[in-house]
Amino acid sequence: MRRGLAVLLTLQCAAAVCATPAVCATPNVPTTPAVPAVPATPAADEFGAVMGLLAARRHAEASFVEQQFLGMLKRPLESWGELVYDAPDHLEKRTLQPRPETLLLAGDVLTLRRGGRSQVIDLRSYPQILPVVASIRATLAGDRTALERVFRVEFRGDPQRWSLLLEPLDAALAKTVAGIRIDGAGAGLRTVDFRQPDGDHSLMTIRPHGSP
Amino acid sequence: MSRRGALGVTLWLGLLALTILIAARAHYMADLSAFLPNSPTAMQRLLVDQLREGPASRLILMAVEGGDAAARAAAARATAGRLRVDARFTAVNDGDPAAAANDREFLFRHRYLLSAAVDAERFTAAGLGRAIGATLEDLSSPAGLLMKSLLPRDPTGEMLEIIGQLERTPGPRTADGVWVSPDGSRALLLAQTRAAGSDTDGQEQALAAVRRAFAAAVDGQPGASAGLRLRMSGPGVFAVAARATIKGEALRLSLQSSALIVLLLLAVYRSVPALLLGLLPVVSGALTGIAAVALCFGAVHGITLGFGITLIGESVDYSIYLFIQSRIRGARGADPDGTAAWRRLLWPTIRLGVLTSVCGFASLLPSGFPGLAQLGLYSITGLVTAALVTRFVLPELLPRGFVVRDAARLGAAAARLARSATFGPLAATLVLAGAAGVLIEHRATLWNRDLSALSPVPAAEQAFDGELRAELGTADVSDLVVVTAADLEGALQGAERAGAALSRLLDAGVIGGFDSPANYLPSLAAQEARRASLPPPAELRARLALATASLPLRDGLLAPFLADVEAARHAPLLTARDLQGTSLAAGFGALVLQQPNRWDALLPLHAAGAVPPDMARVRRALDAAAAGGAAILNLKGESDALYAGYLAEATRLSLAGFAAIVVLLLIALRSPSRVLKVLAPLVLAVLTVAAALALTGRQLTILHLIGMLLIVAVGSNYALFFDRRTDEGEGDALPLTLASLLIANAATVIGFGVLAFSRVPVLSALGETVAPGAFLALLFAALLWRPARRVAPVAG
Repeated sequence: MRRGLAVLLTLQCAAAVCATPAVCATPNVPTTPAVPAVPATPAADEFGAVMGLLAARRHAEASFVEQQFLGMLKRPLESWGELVYDAPDHLEKRTLQPRPETLLLAGDVLTLRRGGRSQVIDLRSYPQILPVVASIRATLAGDRTALERVFRVEFRGDPQRWSLLLEPLDAALAKTVAGIRIDGAGAGLRTVDFRQPDGDHSLMTIRPHGSP
Repeated sequence: MSRRGALGVTLWLGLLALTILIAARAHYMADLSAFLPNSPTAMQRLLVDQLREGPASRLILMAVEGGDAAARAAAARATAGRLRVDARFTAVNDGDPAAAANDREFLFRHRYLLSAAVDAERFTAAGLGRAIGATLEDLSSPAGLLMKSLLPRDPTGEMLEIIGQLERTPGPRTADGVWVSPDGSRALLLAQTRAAGSDTDGQEQALAAVRRAFAAAVDGQPGASAGLRLRMSGPGVFAVAARATIKGEALRLSLQSSALIVLLLLAVYRSVPALLLGLLPVVSGALTGIAAVALCFGAVHGITLGFGITLIGESVDYSIYLFIQSRIRGARGADPDGTAAWRRLLWPTIRLGVLTSVCGFASLLPSGFPGLAQLGLYSITGLVTAALVTRFVLPELLPRGFVVRDAARLGAAAARLARSATFGPLAATLVLAGAAGVLIEHRATLWNRDLSALSPVPAAEQAFDGELRAELGTADVSDLVVVTAADLEGALQGAERAGAALSRLLDAGVIGGFDSPANYLPSLAAQEARRASLPPPAELRARLALATASLPLRDGLLAPFLADVEAARHAPLLTARDLQGTSLAAGFGALVLQQPNRWDALLPLHAAGAVPPDMARVRRALDAAAAGGAAILNLKGESDALYAGYLAEATRLSLAGFAAIVVLLLIALRSPSRVLKVLAPLVLAVLTVAAALALTGRQLTILHLIGMLLIVAVGSNYALFFDRRTDEGEGDALPLTLASLLIANAATVIGFGVLAFSRVPVLSALGETVAPGAFLALLFAALLWRPARRVAPVAG
């Protein structure tokens, strides 16, 4: 039971980690990639440029709205709250509605707090999940190869308006997650869409603090 | 041989035959139980029962080390697989996900009996609406995502309730499908034996089965398993190792000290017949001692036999006195071997010495440690027998004209030293001042206040055990709520009442969590109530329709829920037997204790953070919840109190023994100043030994205290000879007396000295105290003796 929980929580975290650093990205941030982009294709160049933007973030805060589209329900479930990110590996997802709870990822340890009780999960117990978190962290540092170790990555668009489509390479992981689609504009993320194999999906819409 | 003599020899031979018979048929044991105290209070009895019989005593903690992670995991999995089908084990856990899935399946199937949230209110339309609404809220949060597939069958979220009930503490992390230590360097397993912790034979067989399973697992993957090793810990491992140590030590130390004493006597007597005759009282004493212990205690402990070594050292003294002191008036007419004069002149002093030793050892008899009581009885019987055989039997057996080599030269040298040692009183005063100074300086750290100081388990092994427990999450908790009832049902109902109170404390943050056997197996009454609260199908359907009218559930989604509830309404209640085959059985078993006519439910408390729980609040909450029958057991406090109690008892017993010796001497010597002179060197010896132990960094335990009493009991034998009034015409008895004392003392020091090298703390503590103490007692007695007075002829 805990295993399943950890898988899902971690993937959510991973998606959020992807999302958060970019939310505070403002146009005046220098856009030099941390790692020279591989000049294989124009798309690869632009992918590298986006990675560089993400890597430049040290601290970020944003609010989110998450919608869960479940086949067994007539209408989506909604929740909202705040995201806080501190480089390199500290992420907090504070859900405010409909029920307050906090999900904290620090290093390889995931802590879930709800109503005064907390549950601690050591992600190293889940070797099939740890690479996801690790690779996404590496992505934030501009290390694209780590991301591509776990997912087949497709980059679409250009740095002004782009999409990242992630599909798990590992069959075991594919049983839990069908794919992740991250949409962004410039250095900012707009949505993270997390698709499950049964067709259910959750859509997280992110709005940086201070933006309209 | 006189008629009286013949009678003595006949009686002795009869006694010897009888004791041989009893000793041969006696039951011998070498486990730790003799050094687990008989406990005075109910809580301490519970603590000791836990140590001896409880489920915690049946745990074997295992670690696979060496090799690489994959090989460790494979070996751990294969070992666990073999142990799971072994009837000697009731539970085996290695973090295997398949086992966890089996547990989950069981919990889910019986969720309406197991979930504490199930009651009549929850199955009203309003209650269903709240429960399902909460589950939907869970679905929209990360924690609830796993509920998605369960929603159709478990919309009220009973499964999450149960998991919340059971998962109070995080388990170890897993890697490659097995538990591993936080740094990943060890694969971890946990097994529970069918045999009780006190069944050392059963534990030994279980350990052997584990070793075989591991060896087979390693053989099954040759190459990959290079360098893999298995380490085990736990109460059973300790008990088996301790037994092996005690068995080996009893034999090894007996042989060593016997050999040394035989060499000593051969060197002194230069005669094999004299040696054999001299050992007769020793053998008689040892056999009688064993027979007495076997008759009174039912079984003889290995440590008692180990301690018997000291008896060899001390009881051989009597024949040494006889052989050497007989020469004092030897070779005279009707008393050619001098034994008659010895009986008249020296036997009274020896008799008094035996009696003071008996007083000292008698103070061990009422000890709360059965092992110490055995030592007391063994020593008393053995010493008295050895002395009586020396007095009444040995002289009859001596060949006519029997004399041992003259030890007068040794004695004369010692006498010259003693007479010239005029600095004695000054030296004694200096030693006294120095010892007192050291003891006062070390007074804060003088005593070891930890019960584990008596444990024969080496400190390194105890540390490894603590490490494994921390890694496995089975670390000892310090506070337990204990509910006692006449039967299991009563204990579980009490645990439920206490659990309700504890849940409120958990919400209030007073405690960080608790375990309860009722979380694994609710009382029949609670299960019955939960089952009765499930409505019949038509009723449930109607209430559900009302409850979900405003919820976004698709039509017909909850049909499996209706079917499951209907099945649960007709399912039988769960008993402890139903838990078999799941790892829940071990969890449940660890939290209940079955005694004759009594069941205890244990609810370990976990602290919220680093702060220990406010136990006064816990007590009030339990009282308010009508769980007044629940007792709070603080394990650390209770075991400290236990040890403090035994230290106090040992102090009382030692003082009583000392007082008995003083009274005995007052009666026998009829002069307080003579008693003072006899006791002064003994007290000095005790203080010097205590100061020396403190200086070498030893902390004193109960056994050191007992050892100090023995210094007085044994040392008095030597001091008394210096007090003896000499008979007119006896001549200069000093050289031969001193020679016999030196040799007797050497034998005693050998007996106790060998013990000092034992790996069993109980024995080494006695040895390192009594061996130097006995020697110092003789030394100080000689130093403080003033020859000028003693040489004066006695009037009359």
